Amino acid sequence: MNKYVKFAGLMAIIIGVLIWLATANVAESQTYYKTIAELNHMSGQAKEKKMRVGGDVEKGSITRKADLVEFTLAQDNLHLRVAYTGRDPLPDTFKDGAQALADGRMGADGVFRANKVQAKCSSKYAVKPGEAPPGLKVAPAGNKSI
Amino acid sequence: MENLGALAVLLAFCIAIYAVVASVVGKLKGRPYLVLSGSRAVYAVWILVTAASGILVYSLLSSDFRFAYVAGHSNRDMPSLYKFTAWWGGQEGSLLFWSWILSTYSAVVVWTNRRKLREIMPYVVAVMSTIQVFFLLLNTFLASPFQMLAVDKVVTSVADGLGLNPQLQYYAMAIHPPMLYLGYVGFAVPFAFAMASLITRQPGDAWIHTTRRWSIVAWLFQSCGIMLGSAWAFDALGWGGYWMWDPVENASLLPWLAGTAFLHSVMMQEKKGMMKVWNMALIATSFFLCIFGTFLTRSGVVSSVHAFAESPIGKYFVGFLALGIASTVYLILDRLEYLKSESELESVVSRESSFLFNNLLLLASCFAVLWGTLFPVISEAVTNEKISLDPPWFNRLMIPIGLGLLFLTGVGPLFAWRRTSVESLRRNFLIPGVLACALAIGLFAAGIHNYWALISFGFCLFVASSIISEFFKGANAIGQKNQINFVHAVVELTHRNTRRYGGYLVHMGIVLMFVGWTGSAFNTNVTAEIPVGGSFELGKYKMRVAKINTGENANYKWDAAVLDVTKSGSSIGQLEPERRYYKAAQQGLGHVALRNRLDEDLYINFASADEKATVVTLQAYIFPLVSWIWIGTLVLIAGTLIALVPSKVARQYARTQVVGMAETPVAIEN
Repeated sequence: MNKYVKFAGLMAIIIGVLIWLATANVAESQTYYKTIAELNHMSGQAKEKKMRVGGDVEKGSITRKADLVEFTLAQDNLHLRVAYTGRDPLPDTFKDGAQALADGRMGADGVFRANKVQAKCSSKYAVKPGEAPPGLKVAPAGNKSI
Repeated sequence: MENLGALAVLLAFCIAIYAVVASVVGKLKGRPYLVLSGSRAVYAVWILVTAASGILVYSLLSSDFRFAYVAGHSNRDMPSLYKFTAWWGGQEGSLLFWSWILSTYSAVVVWTNRRKLREIMPYVVAVMSTIQVFFLLLNTFLASPFQMLAVDKVVTSVADGLGLNPQLQYYAMAIHPPMLYLGYVGFAVPFAFAMASLITRQPGDAWIHTTRRWSIVAWLFQSCGIMLGSAWAFDALGWGGYWMWDPVENASLLPWLAGTAFLHSVMMQEKKGMMKVWNMALIATSFFLCIFGTFLTRSGVVSSVHAFAESPIGKYFVGFLALGIASTVYLILDRLEYLKSESELESVVSRESSFLFNNLLLLASCFAVLWGTLFPVISEAVTNEKISLDPPWFNRLMIPIGLGLLFLTGVGPLFAWRRTSVESLRRNFLIPGVLACALAIGLFAAGIHNYWALISFGFCLFVASSIISEFFKGANAIGQKNQINFVHAVVELTHRNTRRYGGYLVHMGIVLMFVGWTGSAFNTNVTAEIPVGGSFELGKYKMRVAKINTGENANYKWDAAVLDVTKSGSSIGQLEPERRYYKAAQQGLGHVALRNRLDEDLYINFASADEKATVVTLQAYIFPLVSWIWIGTLVLIAGTLIALVPSKVARQYARTQVVGMAETPVAIEN
């Protein structure tokens, strides 16, 4: 057999297997980013996908009872009640006012069941370049602090 | 002083433009002094960028909170080390840091080649300065680290800064970004030489020989950077893992994969004059992936748990990448006739072919990671729905690719160039093959039924034994000939061909890392909410909460759970996971307690406590074999360093097998 045919054959097999691995059952490892507005307008079947919703944790909305933590995510004046049922403790950055991403599925009762929550204190570290971070108390002019 | 800093950056920007123009015009018009002024301009840029960096670092160390950057990334009570590392802790500073490393590299390149390579050096200077212009453009106009805090145009200061993100206040995090950046920027050097050699239509491989060491050093820095990041995630973040296919992690892995492919495929060009177009494409890919990695981490294009700013600099990166890639593609296509292969493939079972498949797999993994990372962007563009791919998707692809690469690591170096006879295959692979099968069967019998793990352990032993037998055979021959003992003979052998045996050692490091990664198939963990005095179990371990200590220093308050740990009933001492509350950042952070052993790590994270610290939530994990990842990293570093040592015998790569070659053999320094 021609050596180039052999090479081409081997490469085709390798690439074929990889493409198969990448595409077979891909739905299981896909997570859809949705806004709260989109969630509210979704039909029954679409709601069964794994989804990731983001928003700010509303101040004072976090309630903890036994293993269940509930909180409200707010985005553009829309609210979503989230029940965290995951096993891992919530991250250190998760608190009132933090930006949070919740992964999970929509419950029939309109409460989002999250099995994973990520949070970042956006107000602290993701300061827009060149702007003073919010929350910094600006000292009176002339009060140099060197 | 802030004005001086901003002025230095602006001047550096102008002089870098001058360096590009002077080098190119001087070369084209044949004006040596103009060319020389271009090289000198590189030094001037270095001095200016260094001065600007010095000013920023000084203002960080002296807590000058009139600087927005200082107020945002430092505070009074941070240790000086972390004040210093705040240089690269935020967007503006890290871009300045990029520029500074690039200007340092450029200066070193100009200095070490000041009397060499007259033909291509002006273009090397031009390419590197063009990259510098781009970064200084960002530093000057878009993300200046010298912005002041002001109210109604009056410069003000704040009483105290916000402090560096507590998660970054950790030793590995202090050196991880510089390592990664040294690697990222390092690929700019071989890239510049490759482009310069294309522009001037150089026939030979001078660019490869000149930049061989640079590539290896850049690769080494990048490997260290990635592994430090991984170690940091494991030790400091407390989520119980070292890799989760986060976009920022992927950004560091992408150029490493392409760079690894490049380091292998240049050997084909050195020895056989093959794959010239491919090597050009690979070095360009590695470099642009470095820029792309910086872009990913700095633009917020893909959402990530790493809290980086979303900022307008993203579109500038896209523009720079598009321009750069377009010009590279044009250059390669336009000069194809200078990149003709000098020999061709002869057999599927040959060294050449193993390099080919190594490259195929590395590039495939690179593409897969890129695809997975950008999937939210791609899917949004195609279907209008933003979809992300979860870690299991990456694992499903990367585990088979990784095992394929591991296998090639074992067989590749033992295949002969051109073609390998059945006889030599049997001689070289019989013992490692039998050992590997025996291990896999033994482990199966011992109750390990995870097939990926069995294959991986089998391959690990296969590769390890074939590497060891290479050392053994070589050292025996030298030992007998020169009447020296075995250890001495191994040293002698390695010293005679440092690249080859250093490379084997790097492969050995990779094998050990695979052992560690495979251990993750057997991870176990438990989360427990327990009062003081209570206890919980995980596997053979039993942990009892003896007491909770509390304390406070200027930087943070802490609670520490003192745990009495027993393994299979006998005491193995105490572990003290801590929970810290950083005052400036107003953020809590767990401080993991680790018990490192070669067979397994016990890892305990203090996740939370109730208000009176009487009931605590603890997460315990067992990570079998995880230490071997870090040991493998050290072996990899040692092997790379050995490969950088010049060989005792200056070898010549005689391209005797090359058909139709009229060129004299090329002498190589290392």
